[in-house]
Amino acid sequence: MARKAWVDAHRMSRYSALSLLRGAFNGQSHWKPAWRHPDPKPHYDIIIIGGGGHGLATAYYLAKVHGLTNIAVLEKGWIGGGNTGRNTTIVRSNYRQEALHNLFEFGLKLWHGLSDDLNYNVMFSPRGALTLGHSDADMVTLAQRGDAMRCDGIDAELLTRDQVAKLEPLLDMSRTARFPIEGGLIQRRGGSARHDAVAWGYARGADSMGVDIIQKCEVTGFVRDGDAVVGVETTRGRIGAGRVGICVAGHSGHVAGLAGLKLPIESQTLQAMVTEGVKPMINTVIMTQALHCYISQSDKGGIVFGGDPDNWPSYAQRGHPMIMENAVAQGLALVPALSRLRMLRTWSGVTDMSFDGSPIIGETPVPNLYLNGGWCYGGFKATPASGWTYAHTLATGKPHPLNAPFSLDRFERGATIDETGSGPMPSSR
Amino acid sequence: MMQITCPHCGPRAQSEFVYERTVDSVVALDAPSTQAMATLFTRTNPRGPDDEIWRHTYGCRAWMVVTRHRVTHEITAVRAVGPEALP
Repeated sequence: MARKAWVDAHRMSRYSALSLLRGAFNGQSHWKPAWRHPDPKPHYDIIIIGGGGHGLATAYYLAKVHGLTNIAVLEKGWIGGGNTGRNTTIVRSNYRQEALHNLFEFGLKLWHGLSDDLNYNVMFSPRGALTLGHSDADMVTLAQRGDAMRCDGIDAELLTRDQVAKLEPLLDMSRTARFPIEGGLIQRRGGSARHDAVAWGYARGADSMGVDIIQKCEVTGFVRDGDAVVGVETTRGRIGAGRVGICVAGHSGHVAGLAGLKLPIESQTLQAMVTEGVKPMINTVIMTQALHCYISQSDKGGIVFGGDPDNWPSYAQRGHPMIMENAVAQGLALVPALSRLRMLRTWSGVTDMSFDGSPIIGETPVPNLYLNGGWCYGGFKATPASGWTYAHTLATGKPHPLNAPFSLDRFERGATIDETGSGPMPSSR
Repeated sequence: MMQITCPHCGPRAQSEFVYERTVDSVVALDAPSTQAMATLFTRTNPRGPDDEIWRHTYGCRAWMVVTRHRVTHEITAVRAVGPEALP
């Protein structure tokens, strides 16, 4: 079918209760593939390397906000098969530093209308993001963080011990607990979402506006004209481009290396795990100020755990048991009832650990080449904000005010955005 | 888990070791500031072998250079280091 005819036909097929009802009379035969599988064209205005949530969101907002549709998203595997499909799907904007909470809050606002905007149910569930405090010092830090957020109009509420106990009755609130709980900070508008749906919803939306999503197409090099990048070499041939945006968090170091760049990023493995499904027992997303363990319950009922990254460089997409043991031990200490559950699956993703713990979105020293990466272990929640600001950057050649602080040159300027204040060592985060 | 052969203690579980940084990110004391900055803040981060500094923290506490593949985790060499190994 001709491209335009396909696009037009596709645009008509909005998902709705009515179309579902109509489908009931024709055996649901009206369903069409949610996106095409086009061959690459010889040239695009903008090429985005990486078909994860961030790359697809970038393409979506380039088409929707900037009206640019001669765009390709190149994905070496299948869309959403990297960190988008491997994270613990926590969505929040509870950061202390202004640049960080403003970026993530912009994203959180987009999350709240995302299913409607995409006409795709991303199952965003604002059930509250709760950070526990285990000492006076923790509570002071949480109060400070909450105040900083509230100064910028972001919701944050400091909870007493009793309020935490009421909210999450299964927490070990005893005074003899391994990690005594003194209170918490909650962001009630935070929560979780369905990871795959985010990738698929953005893909469907971008595709319906004419963006080419090209899977099984790995970038193997950059085509240069002098210094400038004018295209990419791929496993499906050479493709020309006006601008190229790297969006491959986890593998940013490798892809930027193809252009001769050395980044302030070290790749590490981050693992997560899920138990068998049970009835609702965890009401919020539980995180803690002192430990590195986060617990939530998926809509299917499984308890999702996450912990520390494996604190040494790795591209392996598989984790080490000693780190998993640590995360689970912390989780069981917080919620002893979890000890009765069986673990079903564990998996790992490769994360871009940046040298101040914050992402990098902006220009590179190479003309026409842009970078979006360095998301450490917190990129999923930023998907809409990352796509929006990166689309702005790629469309105009200049950063959006929200991503201007996250430039690649901030390290040499001494303008790092270091939320934990732990200095330039990825392994200390 | 990895098993790392400490040059002083022999093969030991990885849990006894702590990763420090890559060899090429050690800043020379007389490096000019731009070079010191680049060394401190950027990494080659190869999807292949690299030379890394590890410490047998919960063992003999000695530093060593481990040549390790970043995808397979295969360790091809471990050597002891002292001050003479620094740039």
